[in-house]
Amino acid sequence: MTQKIEQLLRRGAPNMQDIGGEAGAAARRVSERAAAEGFADISYAPVDSPFGTLHAATTKRGLVRVAFPEESVESVLERLAQRLSPRIVEAPASLDPVKRELDEYFAGRRRAFDIPLDWSLIGPFGARVLHVTSEIPYGGVLSYTEVATEAGSPRGSRAAGNALGANPIPIVIPCHRVLRSGGALGGYGGGLNRKRFLLELEGSLTPRQ
Amino acid sequence: MSNKLSTLVSNPPGSPRSGPRSILTNSGPPPFQYFLDAHREAVWRFLVSFLGRVDAEDCFQETFIAALRAYPRLRGDSNLKAWVLTIAHRKAIDAHRERARRALPVAEIAEVADGSGEGMVSHPVSAREETLWEAVHELPARQRSAILLRFIADLSHRDIATTIGCSEEAARRSLHEGLNKLRKVIT
Repeated sequence: MTQKIEQLLRRGAPNMQDIGGEAGAAARRVSERAAAEGFADISYAPVDSPFGTLHAATTKRGLVRVAFPEESVESVLERLAQRLSPRIVEAPASLDPVKRELDEYFAGRRRAFDIPLDWSLIGPFGARVLHVTSEIPYGGVLSYTEVATEAGSPRGSRAAGNALGANPIPIVIPCHRVLRSGGALGGYGGGLNRKRFLLELEGSLTPRQ
Repeated sequence: MSNKLSTLVSNPPGSPRSGPRSILTNSGPPPFQYFLDAHREAVWRFLVSFLGRVDAEDCFQETFIAALRAYPRLRGDSNLKAWVLTIAHRKAIDAHRERARRALPVAEIAEVADGSGEGMVSHPVSAREETLWEAVHELPARQRSAILLRFIADLSHRDIATTIGCSEEAARRSLHEGLNKLRKVIT
């Protein structure tokens, strides 16, 4: 019994071998080229960290988003597509400087980040709060009230807390350096254990027994 | 990631979606990377069948870079597969003409595996298949396009019509005539 022509055609031309692998490799070259030659507006890549795999996204201006491991990459990218641009590609090479600085930071060899940041996901009030926050030096802390006051809203410590909780670039914009006035940890978008970990790494908090 | 997403992105508009991406239907297109992952295999298969592996690489790059340039103008419920294959088809025809103009040999149909062999899922090729594919490449352009878009890229008749730029009736006819010619060549 001979195979029908339709079935033979569906098997593909004889010069096709590992179609899935070849298409994947060709697609990766598209993504890297799109990022390198500026056709893409946003590049993202997974980044290893002591917290697990983070995802970092950068625009032509700079780092725009850092997502914790439990955030859904799909919804993070969807939101970037809607708010900034759908021209988003996975291009690890574009994130190399970010990876390097985060590695150095987590290894205790870097105290300040030099990579440029893109603030376009941050609203006007959030920008004031996070600018103040980004000035807190490694090893230092401020209270929510102090940050709100510095940001020009002395009675806005709750709003400042919300702006810090919505920080799209955690770790790099060090919202973990903002605590409650009494010294209690307060909140953290990535979970309090991570806030404690970062403060211990920076020496602001003595490791618990 | 790409597998889970490809099924979602490939869903035709109006079909039930199993994931949390329903917001897409009334806004812009999904992140480009998902679109690329969802359609890279159909486009690669189509281009390799149409042009051979060597020219397929350049054409694949040009197709998706062109798609990326036009991408933000798309709606979320656009038929992305038919759209990208329309671009790929146009690029493939251009490359084919360019090659004819340079009078270089036509598609390297019998090209042998060039990889190290690892992960290859190459199927044993019968003489019958060789004959079939030679015949495919000798078909008139529109019939060849219709055959490849139907059986390699797995497009519907309506999408083939969109891609080639003809009526659905004409697409069915090209497909039918192409298949008849192939049946005469191999039995």
